[in-house]
Amino acid sequence: MGTALNTILMITVALLTTGVINRTRAILAGRKGVRFFNHVNGVALLLRKGSVYSTTTTSLFRIAPAVYLGAAVTAMLFIPVADLDPLISFEGDMICFAYTLALARAAIILAAMDTGSSFEGMGASREALYGALVEPALMIGFATLAMFCGYTSFADIFAREQSFDLHLTIVMLLTAYLFVKIAFVESGRVPVDDPRTHLELTMIHEVMCLDYSGIDLGLIHIAGWLKTACFSMIAADAVAAVCCFRWWFAAPLAVALTGLAVGIVESTQARNKLARNTTFIVTVTALAALIFFIGYLLQLDINI
Amino acid sequence: MNYHIIDNISRAVALKDIPTVGYAALYDDLRERLKQERYHVAHYFALPDDSQLRFYVILLDDEEHRIMLASFTMDYYDDTALPSLTALHPAMHPFEREIAELYDVEFDSMPWNKPLRFPFDRRNRNSTMDNYPFYTIEGDSLHEVNVGPIHAGIIEPGAFRFICNGENVLHLEIALGYQHRGVEKCFAATDNRLRQTLLAESVAGDSAVSHASAFVAAVEKLAGRDADDNLVRERAVAAELERMAMHIADTGALSMDVGYQLGQVACEALRTMTINTTQAWCGNRFGKGLIRPLGTNKPLTPEKIDTIRRNVAEICRRYDEVRQDIKSSPTLLARYEQCGVVPRADMLRIGGVGMAARASGVGRDIRASHPAGVYASIPHESIVKRHGDVMARLMVRCREVLQSADLIERLLADFTPVPNPSRPDYEAALAPESLAVGLVEGWRGEICHVAVTDAEGRIAAYKVKDPSLHNWLALALAVRGEGISDFPICNKSFNLSYCGHDL
Repeated sequence: MGTALNTILMITVALLTTGVINRTRAILAGRKGVRFFNHVNGVALLLRKGSVYSTTTTSLFRIAPAVYLGAAVTAMLFIPVADLDPLISFEGDMICFAYTLALARAAIILAAMDTGSSFEGMGASREALYGALVEPALMIGFATLAMFCGYTSFADIFAREQSFDLHLTIVMLLTAYLFVKIAFVESGRVPVDDPRTHLELTMIHEVMCLDYSGIDLGLIHIAGWLKTACFSMIAADAVAAVCCFRWWFAAPLAVALTGLAVGIVESTQARNKLARNTTFIVTVTALAALIFFIGYLLQLDINI
Repeated sequence: MNYHIIDNISRAVALKDIPTVGYAALYDDLRERLKQERYHVAHYFALPDDSQLRFYVILLDDEEHRIMLASFTMDYYDDTALPSLTALHPAMHPFEREIAELYDVEFDSMPWNKPLRFPFDRRNRNSTMDNYPFYTIEGDSLHEVNVGPIHAGIIEPGAFRFICNGENVLHLEIALGYQHRGVEKCFAATDNRLRQTLLAESVAGDSAVSHASAFVAAVEKLAGRDADDNLVRERAVAAELERMAMHIADTGALSMDVGYQLGQVACEALRTMTINTTQAWCGNRFGKGLIRPLGTNKPLTPEKIDTIRRNVAEICRRYDEVRQDIKSSPTLLARYEQCGVVPRADMLRIGGVGMAARASGVGRDIRASHPAGVYASIPHESIVKRHGDVMARLMVRCREVLQSADLIERLLADFTPVPNPSRPDYEAALAPESLAVGLVEGWRGEICHVAVTDAEGRIAAYKVKDPSLHNWLALALAVRGEGISDFPICNKSFNLSYCGHDL
């Protein structure tokens, strides 16, 4: 029962986050904005359409969206919503989670290269670079959690018994901040990427999907939402673990955290110059390392 | 060397008064003069004249506010090659390329004899626009990126070929001509002055008022009649409103391209307000129908003056806030500053004009250097920045919007509508066998229209020069060494016209 609810909540978070982002942006821009579920309608429309394939592409290009979505769905099944149990959980599942997403990225990069388009080649090269750079941050983030809690499975880490602990609070809140940052990079939002841009030369994720249409494009969009939901939920779990470890708290928190953060940043800030993205992502890694170090010191229980 | 010297308020010049010299003398003279910053060529073109080809040079002297005219002739079938001026002064390239493609005149040691806007190479018709041999560089680590000619969005066609080393652009070549409509021929093909005015308004849709102003300036000079004071003021107000609208729109576009939403939506709203003000005045948001020879169908009334003054003050106030926001936002400065730099020396060499040149420290501005109309009585102070980057171009725009708003307020504050304003005169007789230059500073830069009449006083030939003709090369230089992902903001910072170039 709990497991089913967990999965349903994850899907709901995935569907709602984009709506909250759009609404936040619209309000900050002084507009009414599109309907809340406009993005869902858009994808529903895409799913009813057939696809057009370029003659230069091979079967790699056709398989990629399925692999991408499949990997994103699998990754989603590892994530607990606070006190609920995820469908899949075993020792070391956080590593499996990270590399399932890496598989998704590899599939879409190969598909982009497969089109032979110079735009998509550039996008693929950027995605590969940023993907490689953000991976250490992700792994160090997981390492901090594992070290501090003594488990290597999401479900076990967050489901510790509830007792107020100042050290835990510090580490968890910092980790939550780290995962929100990672969510920005992974879901390709400002300042790293701009999902709304119409300029192929500046795109990262979008340009890799330029050749996709219809149902394939729909699948890629859904996978993107799920990926974002995974990272928001990890961040929300970390916050929930120190104040109110209940699913009815963590799930709305996940939507609000990413939705508002992305919406506000996208409204008020310009995108990075592409060359500065590497600096930005390396800074996220540095932040992860710092949090790891703080966690280590706190665990030694030295008097600060 | 002997030039016929006029200024921007002189009447038309009889063709026989324009001195005809030998090409060698002209070549020697231009070679020396163009080394000085004060001189630049506003137009250089050839027209068939019986069995001869007569070449006209219109040289501008910024310091002494002079327009200098000279010509030389050549037998129509004479195929001696002329020494190329482009080889010494790259700013001459569009003119020589145009002459070469129209009349098969060969220019000796011309470094870049690429067709300007023809769909094929005149000397080799197998070489067409579709298989145009772009410049290439060999190398394993290089890759080419082709953009266009069909634009993925809503703007006009143009082919851009980048040679990149990773993310960095080594070279950009721009191929234009897809919008060539034969505008200049159309002017000479009709005798209907209204039709010609409408043509002038359609040379480039975003500069309708400026191009129409250049046309009526040329026609009024040929007719030998001056527009009355109110008309002159109205035209200046319209031109400055157009400048404001386009600069605000480009501020918004630059914000959009870096993903800065607040700037984008604020500027979109303000731009709408500006063009709606023009619409409230004349019924068209781009000012079409507003500029007519020797009169107007849309005179300013006290109510309209009120609306314009109120709106302009409001736009000015709100735009200034956007400007402050942009200037104080580190993420925006990081994108705009030191991006797409065109150094002053390069801008001078390629003959850049208008706001792009002013952003690189080249103070070319017809309103200041060749004043006519209201600018003759109200001295104009050009806004010049030094850095030549995207930020400098943006700041020139920002300051010009505020400056235009000031000027509009000043012109309208003591504007007294007359009961019976002059109506357009499409029948005014034009001086026969004469040449008139309409020189106007559009929002993009110097617009030069040249009308030449025949013995009956009909427009026999018409030449148009949009500032984009020179400035496209500035864009190609700006992106050298930049990341390819910064091309869109470099492009927007110039916002050049495809149809203005292709005609």
